Amino acid sequence: MSTRLRVNPISCEAHGLCAELFPERISLDDWGYPIIDPRPIPAELQAHARRAVDACPTLALALGRGEAAEAYAAARRARGT
Amino acid sequence: MSARAATLPGLPAPAPEGLPRLLAGARGDGTAVSLSEHLARHGELPLRPRRGAADELIELVEAAGLQGRGGAAFPTGRKLRAVAKTGRRAFVLANGAEGEPVSGKDQVLLSHVPHLVLDGAAVAAAAVGAREVTVVVGAGAAHALAAVRAAIAERQRRRLDRVSFQLVSAPDGFVTGEETALVNWLNGGPAKPTFTPPRPFQRGLRGAPTLVQNVETLAQLALIARFGADWFRSLGTPEEPGSALVTLGGAVRQPGVYEIPLGLPLGELLAWAGGPSAPIAAFLIGGYFGAWVAAKAHSLALLESDLRTLGASLGARAIFALPESACGIVETARVMRYLAGESAGQCGPCVRGLDAIATALEQLAWGKADKRSPDGRLERWLEQVNGRGACRHPDGAARLVASALRIFADERERHARGSCSGAARPLLPVKTPRAAGQLAASR
Repeated sequence: MSTRLRVNPISCEAHGLCAELFPERISLDDWGYPIIDPRPIPAELQAHARRAVDACPTLALALGRGEAAEAYAAARRARGT
Repeated sequence: MSARAATLPGLPAPAPEGLPRLLAGARGDGTAVSLSEHLARHGELPLRPRRGAADELIELVEAAGLQGRGGAAFPTGRKLRAVAKTGRRAFVLANGAEGEPVSGKDQVLLSHVPHLVLDGAAVAAAAVGAREVTVVVGAGAAHALAAVRAAIAERQRRRLDRVSFQLVSAPDGFVTGEETALVNWLNGGPAKPTFTPPRPFQRGLRGAPTLVQNVETLAQLALIARFGADWFRSLGTPEEPGSALVTLGGAVRQPGVYEIPLGLPLGELLAWAGGPSAPIAAFLIGGYFGAWVAAKAHSLALLESDLRTLGASLGARAIFALPESACGIVETARVMRYLAGESAGQCGPCVRGLDAIATALEQLAWGKADKRSPDGRLERWLEQVNGRGACRHPDGAARLVASALRIFADERERHARGSCSGAARPLLPVKTPRAAGQLAASR
């Protein structure tokens, strides 16, 4: 089972710490909101991902595991995003 | 089509052939079909409260292959099954909020044949084990509200249903009809989308599993329950079966709501509407989350599968014919400003992105030539907002603008040089609509 990052766009306030801590998978858009790479996170990057999640001041970033995360990623793929 | 012989209430009505199906018996004077007229035409619902009946209903809907008529075209059978599988007491939410300014089909349906929608909600309730149905209609849709209110009262007098109906008028707004926004509002929150999961089928009204279906989808259920899957599939294509309501507007002789077999060529629908009333520049298909397609697309079949190849979608099944006298860039800029304003205001990329895109389009449409975005930022922003909201508002808006840049590429060049080929007054409506929907034709 793989883990994926997901941001709650309603909670996110563009502090941008996540992109600084985990640039391998998180970039910022023109307004400073995070763009998350939807691919599963390999074991060697787990610690970085966890650090980004823990640093979010609004708890908007989550590391998802299992069915919900998979379904979410599949829906994103289907939407081409 | 000729009028069918009425049958006695309680006897199965002969399955109507051809079209109209949903709008059979709908009157041009705008008055609703009464309960006795409705039962005389279609017969009573064959709902029997016995073991296994719910499963049979769901299997029937799966066999019919009905897809949601609200815009996302999600398989209805799968949605019913998801709610039924929770094994908990569920609610049914009939969604007639219709916040799309170029769509009037749900209002037409509710004002003319409200009993078909209520029947369908009763069928859905039987399939998922619900006892309560909430019908939501946009607050500005006075005709539809009155028709549904009267229809519910008629049914209560006759003690027709095992379910109870509650009618609610929802605040008008483009995103109000999004299912999580509706549920949120009915639960006492703002009429704004929520972060998913959970989706309403998992946790909806009062925290219970909730089946949210567009009112036209429910009306189709009412007919499938009576006449069966094969009958339903006798119109449309194997992958996209049945009939559907479309709202046709713009430069056609008889704009209004039409019931079509899915797969009808666009050119034939135009012919039904008396043809174009002026030379056409392009069609907007799918409403404001839809896409522009070129005017020469007359042979295009009105099917998701065909439209997908053009980067378009049937969406809310609203079609607008833009005359050559109008400018596609100007019209899209107006619509984009409207959509930016209709953002629920919750997600940063939607709030900031749609505003930026609208501003760039306005500069392109009306700005000084030297102020017009030369650097590809518009394209970059369209990509950046896509999929970045809690709901699909930014995705839909981005798709519309991307299609405009594709279809109106020449006009964009013209604007970059400081001219515009449009002469007409603004055409596309940019207010949540509340002129009563107009029934074009029963055919």
